[in-house]
Amino acid sequence: MRLQTSTMLALYSIIEAASHPGKQVSAAEIAERYGVSAHHLAKVLRELGRAGLVDSSRGAGGGYRFSGNARRLTLMDVIERFEDIGARSPDPGTAQTDLGLAIARVLSEIDEIAKATFRSITIETLLKLVERARRSETSE
Amino acid sequence: MPGPDSPATPAGSASHRQPRPTIRVRPIEAGDLAQVIAIDAEASGIDKVDYWYELFHRYGTRGRQQRFFLVAEAEDSVLGFIIGEVRDWEFGSPPCGWVFGIAVRRAARVGGVGSELLAAILENFRRAGVEKVRTLTTRDNNLVLSFFRSQGMMAAPFIPLEMDLPAVKGDIS
Ligand SMILES: CC(C)(COP(=O)(O)OP(=O)(O)OC[C@H]1O[C@@H](n2cnc3c(N)ncnc32)[C@H](O)[C@@H]1OP(=O)(O)O)[C@@H](O)C(=O)NCCC(=O)NCCS
Repeated sequence: MRLQTSTMLALYSIIEAASHPGKQVSAAEIAERYGVSAHHLAKVLRELGRAGLVDSSRGAGGGYRFSGNARRLTLMDVIERFEDIGARSPDPGTAQTDLGLAIARVLSEIDEIAKATFRSITIETLLKLVERARRSETSE
Repeated sequence: MPGPDSPATPAGSASHRQPRPTIRVRPIEAGDLAQVIAIDAEASGIDKVDYWYELFHRYGTRGRQQRFFLVAEAEDSVLGFIIGEVRDWEFGSPPCGWVFGIAVRRAARVGGVGSELLAAILENFRRAGVEKVRTLTTRDNNLVLSFFRSQGMMAAPFIPLEMDLPAVKGDIS
């Protein structure tokens, strides 16, 4: 499964900010950490701001803060603001043939599993996963 | 498709917890069955009295080492139940704990009852000597999926498969 760069960036930004509740996160730092342009990140943050998920502050530093509910916001809620992951369609020329339909059915099986997975993982659940992975690393 | 039990709290808003009475998790007793049946009917929409009596008989009676049927109780009323067992060497996989039923009274949800039930059955599984726990739920049961995910569960390396049984030749019904 591959998500578009903007979608991945949105997930990183949300998770970084949600892991520091109430605190401003520096947009410049995030852009540098994930190797993207400040311009690209600003666009993503604007969309997250429109969705009420972050509050951004302009000006020097350009920080932002998580303003959603980490216990209820799911990965799917974030992803579907940036792309439609169920919209993979086979080549239009073959779509209506028996073969085209059979392939479309297999692809949609995969999509349904992906969507159910994204819908069931909240930001809080993801943060717990990170925490668990860190703990098991330090205990090794 | 969101079912009647889909998460109700909007993704953007803060949620609040009610202070709750002390919860006790213990093995089911015959006198709890009527409440368990009612909680299941509320969650699943189907009244299955015979099924629950049969499960009680197989899982709820004392002295079981591998089968667990627990209830969470507060102030003399049953708030929820969990049911599971240790399964040995299914499809070649080492013994593991299986949870195959959990439900919490609707009015008592999001107050930690489900988490306490799961913690209690995990403790039973651990004592039974297994190191892994599994469960299976429908793809569209987002509530139950979110709950198990929040407890740390990830996809297992299995894919459930099904098909309609082929019609018997000559059967015209
Ligand atoms: C799944 C179920 C057992 C959870 O019980 P519960 O007592 O509400 O669970 P908890 O309060 O311990 O919740 C633990 C975590 O699960 C997740 N969760 C529970 N309800 C949620 C909801 N409505 N939306 C999103 N996440 C939810 C949360 O991460 C929660 O932690 P949080 O409260 O810190 O956010 C309960 O919702 C239920 O009975 N659902 C119906 C079950 C069913 O259909 N059973 C079929 C018959 S066997």
